[in-house]
Order: sequence, then C-alpha cells, then structure tokens
Amino acid sequence: MKEEIIIAGFGGQGVLSMGKILAYSGIMQGQEVTWMPSYGPEMRGGTANVTVILSDKKISSPILSNFDTAIILNQQSMDKFESQVKPGGLLIYDPNGITRHPQRKDINIYSIEAVDLSAELGSSKTYNMVVLGAYLSKKQIVEMESVIKGLKKSIPERHHKLIPMNEKAIEVGKEKIIEINKV
Amino acid sequence: MAEYILMKGNEAIAISAIRNGCDGYFGYPITPQSEVMETLMLEEPWDSTGMVVLQAESETSSINMLYGGASCGKKVMTSSSSPGISLMAEGLSYLAGAELPCLVVNVVRGGPGLGTIQPGQGDYFQACKGCGHGDYKMIVLAPNSAQEMYDFVDLGFELAFKYRNPALILTDGVIGQMMEKVELREMKPRWTDQEVIEMSPWATTGKTPDRKQNVITSLALDAAVHEALNHRLIEKYKKMEEEDVRFENYKCEDAEHLIVAYGSMARVCENTIDLARKEGIKLGLLRPITLFPYPTKEIQRMVPQLKTIMSVELSAGQMVEDVRLAVNGKIPVNFYGRLGGIVPSPEEVLEAFKKEINK
Repeated sequence: MKEEIIIAGFGGQGVLSMGKILAYSGIMQGQEVTWMPSYGPEMRGGTANVTVILSDKKISSPILSNFDTAIILNQQSMDKFESQVKPGGLLIYDPNGITRHPQRKDINIYSIEAVDLSAELGSSKTYNMVVLGAYLSKKQIVEMESVIKGLKKSIPERHHKLIPMNEKAIEVGKEKIIEINKV
Repeated sequence: MAEYILMKGNEAIAISAIRNGCDGYFGYPITPQSEVMETLMLEEPWDSTGMVVLQAESETSSINMLYGGASCGKKVMTSSSSPGISLMAEGLSYLAGAELPCLVVNVVRGGPGLGTIQPGQGDYFQACKGCGHGDYKMIVLAPNSAQEMYDFVDLGFELAFKYRNPALILTDGVIGQMMEKVELREMKPRWTDQEVIEMSPWATTGKTPDRKQNVITSLALDAAVHEALNHRLIEKYKKMEEEDVRFENYKCEDAEHLIVAYGSMARVCENTIDLARKEGIKLGLLRPITLFPYPTKEIQRMVPQLKTIMSVELSAGQMVEDVRLAVNGKIPVNFYGRLGGIVPSPEEVLEAFKKEINK
C-alpha cells in the first residue's frame, strides 16, 4: 500500500493539521509516513498545502509531482493541482468559492460542502474533519480507531473534550460526500 | 514496540539534544530553523536535565558562547540557517583552531545574501571548504530524514569529542520542516563534573595541584609552535578520512550510471532511480552521509563499472567539484541543480539525467 496525497487550500482552513492527523493515524497502524508542508509567508488567507504519504514501505521522495489523491479547498489549488492527479486517481473538493469546477474525465471526482456542513455542526473549526471524513469514505487506508488515536496525539490534551465533535464531523463528511465523476 | 512520535526534523534536533546529554544551546532565530529553539523553550529542559537554553543577541554572540562552553568540556550546540552561519564564520575558525568540540546545525536556505527562506544546498562550500579563515575542516553530517536529524545530534557530539573539532549538521528546509515518525532512543544523561574531567582532560575544569594549567587558545605566535598545531590538525583530518567516512548505496551493484546526491535531494533521487530502473536504465545512487570526510574512495571504487556520474544538488554546482576530484577525469561527470528554493521532482531529475547521457 502506498498513498500519495496533496491537501491544498487557504491558510486557516486546517490543511496542515488535517495532514498531520492523517499522518499520525498512519503511524498508529504501523505505516511509514511523511508530511511535507509548503512553508513560508503563507499564513491565514494565503495558500497552504501539504503532501502526505502513507506507505507500508520506506518512503523515498517526500516531494512529488503526481498524486493518488488531491483534496482541493480553493480555486488557486484547483488550478495548480487538478492536472497533477494520476489517471484513475481521486479528487475531492469543496465547491464553496470554486468558479472553475474540475474538468477531467479520467479521474474520480467528488465534492463535499464542508463549509455548510461544519456550520450545521455548530463549529467552523470542524471544517477540515468533515473533509477528512469525505476522504476516508473513498480511501479506507486508515481505520477509524487509528484516526481517533491520531486525533488524540495531534490535539493538545486540554482540547481533548473536542474529540467527540471532531469524530461526529468525520462521520458527517463520510455521509455527505457527493459523486461528480466516476471512472 | 518502540514508540514513534511524528515530528519535524527541526523538532527532532531539539528533542535529541535534550535526550543526549547536551549541556547548553545558544542560538538566534531564523527561518527555516526557528523550531529548534522554539521546541527547546517549550520543553524547558533546564528543569529536567539542567540543560541551558539561551537566546543570544546575535549569531556572533551564540557561536562565542559555544567557545566558552566547549572550553569547559561541555556538550554545547547552536543552530541557524545560512546567513546566520556566515556570521558565525569567525567563531568557527577559532573553535577549530583551539581544537574545541561543539555541534552546529545549518538548516540551509537559498542564498546568496538574505536569499530565500525556501530550501537550498548552496552552503556545501561553506561547510566543507571552511567558511572561516585558515586551514581547518569541520566534520559535516548530512541527514536525509527526521530520524537522522535525531540520531546525528548524538553522532555529531561523539565525533566532535573524538576529534576535538567542531561538527556541523548540514541539512535544509525540506528535512527541517518535514514531519516523519521518529523513534526516541534511550536517554543519555548529561556528563557529571567528574565525567567531564575524564572525557576532556584538556578542558578548563579548574587546575588541580597534580597537573599543569590547561590553556585554550588558537593563538600561536611562535612559528614552529604554530606549524606544529597545523600539522596536528592535518593529521586529525586524515584520521577522519580513514575512520569516519559514511555513505549509503542504493541499487549500485549493477549500476552503469550513478547519481550522487545528499540530504533531501538524495530522497528525491531514490525515486528517480526507481523510475529509471522501470525503463531498464541501470542507474544507482550514492548518498554521502559525511560530506567531510567525503566518500572519495567509494566513488573511485565504483568508477570502473560506470559510464557517467551526475551530481544532483539544490545549488549551482558545489559538491560536483568533489565528485570530479574523485573521478579525476576518468569518466564524464555531469551536474543538475535547481535554485531559488525550487526542489525538482524525481521525474524532472530523470529527464535531466537522460538529456545528459544522450548528448
């Protein structure tokens, strides 16, 4: 098993922490992982992306130009990364703020209305977990049990009371994902 | 089963320093290595191991704090990124001249000047050919993972004390910022006062009646004394070349072409090798782990089986000079590099390689 993922959006959407939780979930089930962020003057409002690789074997390059999965959360990232999904791969995006929807016919495309769904959950901070849930419904690369363990490792202990809410957000994301194109 | 922690390479440096008995860290913040001191400050090791963590007023100051700590036989370290290391150049020369062990970490960014905060490998010359004045060398280690960032702190101190010489970890923004799982090795306590005296009988630990005073200096105005010091240093560097060259081979047994790359670029090039092998190209990878001492003999050993060698770097072509020295004109040595903080993908490196061999 090897899964190469790019998660891309605005700073403040929880792109980096979603990647971190996913990476930690992989560690919890004995996988090799890398988490490579874009870093620089790109804080809230700017673009942010992270490449996460989960694998059964040692990972060589943490930097890639093609991905099994792209999780895309703003237009700039769509413009940049749609073409970098491997044929037959997976693209999940939040249509909120997207003016040019994905065009490709050779990849599996799904959407998730994560802005609305997280608002319905009562906290916009669950946004990235809704997106993570949508992803996990299509790629069962980590067990839910590992994700909860990963959450516990990634979130400071004083915030552990928020874990049930995040778990709920993941479940909502799994249910509400919408199919756009299937190959 | 060992416990694995997901951490950045920079965080691994800090945690490793605490867990490997480091006595003091002196530094000044600069991207992309600021997490080193941030992590140390968060961990508050002064309460657990007694390790000192101090933000100096500048890099010039922190390197001279290392001179002071090292003179007393303490395990001291600093970290910075390219422009900060330039500021430390004078101090590093003094440390080498006074034969003091210490550990310096350079999380390299693009240069020259303020350059960019994105990753680079343009400080190879600075690290390996001496950034300060005079005939001196540093032991240079090039980690390519968060785990090696952790492990090379201990190794760096070990080699620094073995040779009474500064050791430098040469890494970059990719390895510093990337998170991977890290296994925390068994904790090593800080040396006791008695252990410091045993470990470093030359150190200024307080004169006792049974020995002469220890003097730490890099100044020797007597020509004969100074030449003797230089010869002692040369002997030391020769011994490093004999005993402490480290490297890794990847798919080299039947290789007809070789890529040489270190640190983050070695990780990228491993993928390039796999891509090339799928196309039937017999390409191998040599990853120098010590950049000084350099694996010259390993390159020379491989030359008879090779048609070409290519050095791949995030620089305008620095390590390639050491590859050429090793090859000594016997086969073509090519170069591929990206600058400005751009890290090429494995496919891009393969394209560059093919272009060179089809010339």
